[in-house]
Amino acid sequence: MEGVELRELVPKVLSVLVRRGADFATAEDAVQEALIRALATWSTDPPSDPEGWLITVAWRAFIDIARSDAARRVREDRFDNDPPTGVVPSSDDTLHLYFLCAHPDLTPSSAVALTLRAVGGLTTRQIAQAYLVPESTMAQRISRAKRTIDEAGLDRPGEVRTVMRVLYLVFNEGYSGDVDLSAEAIRLTRQLATLADDAEIMGLLALMLLHHARRRSRTRPDGAIVPLAEQDRSQWDTALIAEGVAILQAALARDQLGEYQAQAAIAALHADADRFEDTDWVQIVEWYDELLRFADTPITRLNRAVAVGEADGAPAGLAALGDVADDVPRRDAVEAHLRERNGDLEAAARLYAAAARSAPNLAEREHQTRQAARVNQLLRNRR
Amino acid sequence: MAKYLLLKHYRGAPAPANNVPMDQWTPDEVEAHIKYMNDFAARLEGTGEFVDGQALAPDGMWVRSDGEGRPPVTDGPFAETKDLIAGWMIIDVDSYERAIELAGELSAAPGAGGEPIHEWLEVRPFLAAPPNVTH
Repeated sequence: MEGVELRELVPKVLSVLVRRGADFATAEDAVQEALIRALATWSTDPPSDPEGWLITVAWRAFIDIARSDAARRVREDRFDNDPPTGVVPSSDDTLHLYFLCAHPDLTPSSAVALTLRAVGGLTTRQIAQAYLVPESTMAQRISRAKRTIDEAGLDRPGEVRTVMRVLYLVFNEGYSGDVDLSAEAIRLTRQLATLADDAEIMGLLALMLLHHARRRSRTRPDGAIVPLAEQDRSQWDTALIAEGVAILQAALARDQLGEYQAQAAIAALHADADRFEDTDWVQIVEWYDELLRFADTPITRLNRAVAVGEADGAPAGLAALGDVADDVPRRDAVEAHLRERNGDLEAAARLYAAAARSAPNLAEREHQTRQAARVNQLLRNRR
Repeated sequence: MAKYLLLKHYRGAPAPANNVPMDQWTPDEVEAHIKYMNDFAARLEGTGEFVDGQALAPDGMWVRSDGEGRPPVTDGPFAETKDLIAGWMIIDVDSYERAIELAGELSAAPGAGGEPIHEWLEVRPFLAAPPNVTH
């Protein structure tokens, strides 16, 4: 059994333990231990019933942890070695786990870490590597999160909007270390979509698939950013695009529009264009107007200005930029691009350089520096 | 082994030999510089001497406590701060001489005209943990 398939079972097993009366924090530790044992032994000695095996081993691990902890002696009286019978995994329980891990009392970083471990079945080490923090730091973050949940009680779990935000955060983190967080976010969102019937979950899944489909073309092998207009579209994953579009259409047919569906519609229109010049920018602007109804954020307005610039020309784009405050991240980069298309190379060069100075990451800084250098070279050649 | 911090400054270091702002270089020169920096870090990972490398945004501010129950006092950002750190690389090497050698190589990254920048890097030894064996 592959690691991912094995991890599919993790939330089910955990929810069985919790339903048998185990406290969340100890149950989660026990499932991690069972998971690690499974990874060590299954390759040579695979069980006939993986789920049953995991539940049995995790339950024993839970009893061991509970026993060894003197402060938790009370629990020993509560549980016999023989587990209560008749408790089988149910999809409602798994959904409940998603909600718990996005509990309103948790900070976003804690919710992300706990979701990846308790629902995703990743080890603390993998999560730590993905977020570039020491393993001990991540272990502490997760155990504090579990304490928070146990103290808050299980009666006030998070809600589906928070769960989606957590999964979107994971998706955006991308790829570092040996875990592909984008793929993991897609897997968990797929699972969430089977557990809860919600057009916005489908919208989120479609959005992730459509972005993921373009991933290979977004960076050069050395990590440099490739802008949308210059991406090699033959590298786009057409199967993922087709799946994303189908899911989005099914969601839109329900007539319960929300921000993730609107964002997915924009991504679908980009994916639909064989060449950059074929992009239906007019429709993209319309979808940005829809998106503004649900999420009127400076970032949405900034992205809308880009689309307006493509649909109606650079002057219209610059006018749309008037709605966006000066201190919004990446505003300089957008204005630089629009000024360049409008023929004002001096302003473009200055703004690209400013965009490089305020870039939020190294890849973007280098990209904007390249742009500034390119435009400055054009200016030198013109003189 | 001993750890050293190689500090790169936005401001505050003596002016480098090849002192042209990066946005005035040609795109190819920018490309060559980025490749040199990436290759340098990859090489040190290969030799087992690389520990960490990070770049810092130029914005920042001063912060201090203003006493219990009060929000911290902030000041800045200052456009005119004399010393502004741009980033660092931490290396773990056998000798002080090796640290100096590597800082020299890093400083020779190509800049405008493809010529080495010869920028000044600050090399600072870490205070190590006390040894097990004392006399």
